[in-house]
Amino acid sequence: MAVLPTDELNLITQFGPHTAYDAGVRLDAGAEPDKLVKTHCCFCGQQCGIQLKVKSNQVIGFEPWEEFPFNKGMLCPKGVKRYLQGSHPDRLLTALNRDPNAPGGFSPMPYEDAIKTVADSISAIQSKHGNSAFGVLSGASLTTEKAYLMGKFARVCLKTPYIDYNGRLCMVSAGAANKKAFGVDRAANPWSDIIGAEVVWISGANVAECAPITTNYVWQARERGAKVIVVDPRITPIARTCDLFLPVKPGRDAALFNGVLNIMIERDWIDHEFIRNFTVGFDKVAETVREWTPRRTAEVTGISEKLVHQAAEWWGNAKSSFLMHARGIEHHSHGVNNCLGAINIVLASGRIGRKNCGYATITGQANGQGGREHGQKCDQLPGGRDLANPDHRKHIAHIWGIKEADMPGPGVDAYELMRKIDSGEIKGLLSLCFNPLVSLPDNQFVKRCLEKLEFYVAIDFFMNDSARHADIVLPGSLQEEDEGTVTQIEGRVIRINKAVDCPGDARQDWRIIQDIAAALGRTHGMTFSSPGEMFQELRRASKGGVIDYSGITYEKIEKQYGVFWPCPSEDKDGKPIEHPGTPRMFEPGSWNPVAKGAGPFYFPDGKAHFVATPYAPPTEDVDTEFPLMLTTGRVVSQFLSGTQTRRIGPLVDQYPEPRIELHPRLAQKLGINDGDWATAETRRGSVTLRAQVVATIRPDTIFIPYHWAGRKSANRLTISAQDPISKIPEYKACAARLSKAAAAPAYANELQPQQ
Amino acid sequence: MLSENMNFYIDPSRCIGCQACVQACGECDTHKGHPMIHLEYVDRAHSTQTAPVVCMHCNHPTCAKVCPADAIKKTPDGVVQSARKPRCIACSNCVLACPFGVPKMKSDFELMMKCDMCYDRTSEGKRPMCATVCPSQALFFGTQEQIEQLRPRSKPVNEFKFGREVVRTKVRMMVPIEAAIEHIDVTAAMDAQTTSRRVRLNVVPEDAFDAMSASLFEPELEGSSQ
Repeated sequence: MAVLPTDELNLITQFGPHTAYDAGVRLDAGAEPDKLVKTHCCFCGQQCGIQLKVKSNQVIGFEPWEEFPFNKGMLCPKGVKRYLQGSHPDRLLTALNRDPNAPGGFSPMPYEDAIKTVADSISAIQSKHGNSAFGVLSGASLTTEKAYLMGKFARVCLKTPYIDYNGRLCMVSAGAANKKAFGVDRAANPWSDIIGAEVVWISGANVAECAPITTNYVWQARERGAKVIVVDPRITPIARTCDLFLPVKPGRDAALFNGVLNIMIERDWIDHEFIRNFTVGFDKVAETVREWTPRRTAEVTGISEKLVHQAAEWWGNAKSSFLMHARGIEHHSHGVNNCLGAINIVLASGRIGRKNCGYATITGQANGQGGREHGQKCDQLPGGRDLANPDHRKHIAHIWGIKEADMPGPGVDAYELMRKIDSGEIKGLLSLCFNPLVSLPDNQFVKRCLEKLEFYVAIDFFMNDSARHADIVLPGSLQEEDEGTVTQIEGRVIRINKAVDCPGDARQDWRIIQDIAAALGRTHGMTFSSPGEMFQELRRASKGGVIDYSGITYEKIEKQYGVFWPCPSEDKDGKPIEHPGTPRMFEPGSWNPVAKGAGPFYFPDGKAHFVATPYAPPTEDVDTEFPLMLTTGRVVSQFLSGTQTRRIGPLVDQYPEPRIELHPRLAQKLGINDGDWATAETRRGSVTLRAQVVATIRPDTIFIPYHWAGRKSANRLTISAQDPISKIPEYKACAARLSKAAAAPAYANELQPQQ
Repeated sequence: MLSENMNFYIDPSRCIGCQACVQACGECDTHKGHPMIHLEYVDRAHSTQTAPVVCMHCNHPTCAKVCPADAIKKTPDGVVQSARKPRCIACSNCVLACPFGVPKMKSDFELMMKCDMCYDRTSEGKRPMCATVCPSQALFFGTQEQIEQLRPRSKPVNEFKFGREVVRTKVRMMVPIEAAIEHIDVTAAMDAQTTSRRVRLNVVPEDAFDAMSASLFEPELEGSSQ
């Protein structure tokens, strides 16, 4: 029974989100830290190096870490204030048991009793309904060690196929496209290759707010003469001073790339030699883009012919370039096609695998890269291996010491997992590092699913919005309370170092998972004594795979300020080597375990694949009833579902509540003034928020940031349409209407901004 | 002592408004919890342009000149400090007089506080908090050689005109290299109508969306009024 144990307001009063500010020793200017711990930010995929100031087992502030080469001391406001998540009044210090009579609907219980209850409940569900009746949701903010453990936990301990992770909402379209085109899924270049590129193309990436440190790379490229092209429905801060702004209508990216490629081919702005020697499939793609005349491209994308032509001319004639994209082109029911469209113009240019010739998706979550490599995805095994591939299964079954036949097959994506809860197939759920009630689309449906669960255990350091539905909540660890590795935006494996111990009964997440395994009496392979031990096993598991970590050690990471994978431990003849890592992928003459010397790309013939990208509009396009496009995204001071950042006072103050961005022409038409309450509606639901009238957005589009919960949640509106290949939801485009609200919503008087 | 070679440069064209500088300023050990930087949208309704303002550290600081209590001191290395607590009478003369709007009157402490270029850090060879963390490096702290090497498209200016009043500052403002100016005429810039546009600024125009075909927009809106 997973309905809320008590009224939402009682839950919020007891568990927050409340805001924390500097106080006590953290305000004491004279407080000398006991130590400075070199580690990384806990938030986005850039993973900026930072030094945490620690005094008496408390993080009291930070000191820039200027030697770390990626960010050289730079940080965004989230990184600066991240330390305020520690010692927080909302921190869960005990296990909690659902108890409608307790204040806030939960009562504390001894940790061991909670673990026993969890194990008993898992056993009961699995013995009655089968192993597959229990599902696991994990996350891409976990260390790679924990992500590896979660995949192993689901398949070896719970023996369920049903595990997936919140990277499903983030990197999977790019990942799937990369695998289709290159045979491997990693940013192709280190960020240093941006500086020196003649053209920097940024599609669907609000770089300044979502990957702020990347801004300086773009600006430095421009200082060296680069032209910056930005494709976005909003004039974001990175777009404000770009050299060419293409105001794309949401959901039309594949059409733009097709149109650009068509012009490149017609004008012969393509690299014939590269296409001939290093790619396959060009002729077929050339045939399919022929219909994308500048006029048709302009009609579909909303970008004038002149601008499309200008972009193609700059891109086509550049000697060097870097193309970046992010969720703006990926969060679509055609997200994989959009990414493949981008890759097609990169391959046609021949500018990849060389200095200053780059391509990358801007990974979103802390371990968005590492978290998608080692087996917490529903169809994947460690080392980027495939759960449906008999050879891959055999290799990992051997490492795990189980029979291959006992390993479950591929499961389903996170949203389909919800649908299986709805249909009654999945009856129990464990979640770690995932807040589906805020982050999944059409989240009133998600709420209904959570309410149907027979048993739900959530592991988190705060009572996140989804955990309020849980039967048992286990107190997990903050990033600074554990160690391990993550793999950042460039494919660089880096070290997360422990700064403080967990408070109260809170435990490191991997210990909690192993305690559950022990209480189930299924300890096989679940008895690691440290993240280092897990990393050793992960190295062996990844060896020989496409994503090879076997040559990476914690020591090498610290010595080199990170190690880019692939980093094999043996050369192609099986002789041990000391490999430095691979900052740049696909260099001419490079060796990989798939091509085995045939070429730089990860296919047997070593060639990259052009893939045709037919255009189709968003699943739900505008009509007379819902005439506007709704698109969603982030603000710089908040992160993902806000479980952490909505509890950090200075970040809440910076942008307290979500607003609906709309263009003045639309505002005038609807009689809405800046600051008015306005109601946005879709076929799924409605939210009433204050309007922000700005000339920096397309007049046919509205934008709402998604970090908030409940009645302020943008994901009440979004559509659960998914890409057929990547299964990413279509957060970036659905049909909506907007009207001026008759009155302020009830929450305006009941809730603080962050709640 | 602040190294003679080290300078502070501001380039508002790089600013992305993220407030990392503001948040980090509040982490400085001399005024923890009280950011001294001002970061404002210039006109959010029309643009995402923001402008970070740190103390410009004037060669002849107006704030110090107008202080009746002689509470504001400039160190020999050119850094204008916050008011001295024993002397400051919280009269706000400095707040009103500063041409750049920098000093803040902290009424809780009855004290004027302002950016002191992180003197505790910079006098020990470190960079100021704001310029260290700034993700766009709109705030830059380094040598003249470094800025020339890193920013070939712009040049530093440290002379500002307010009517007939000329203010020279330790902190430099980056302007486009082709701008044939030796000073920034602040008063003139306050009235955009009269500013001659000798330099084409590389800014996406506000009417970027007007260039879209009207047919994309108008018929759809008809529906919304039903």
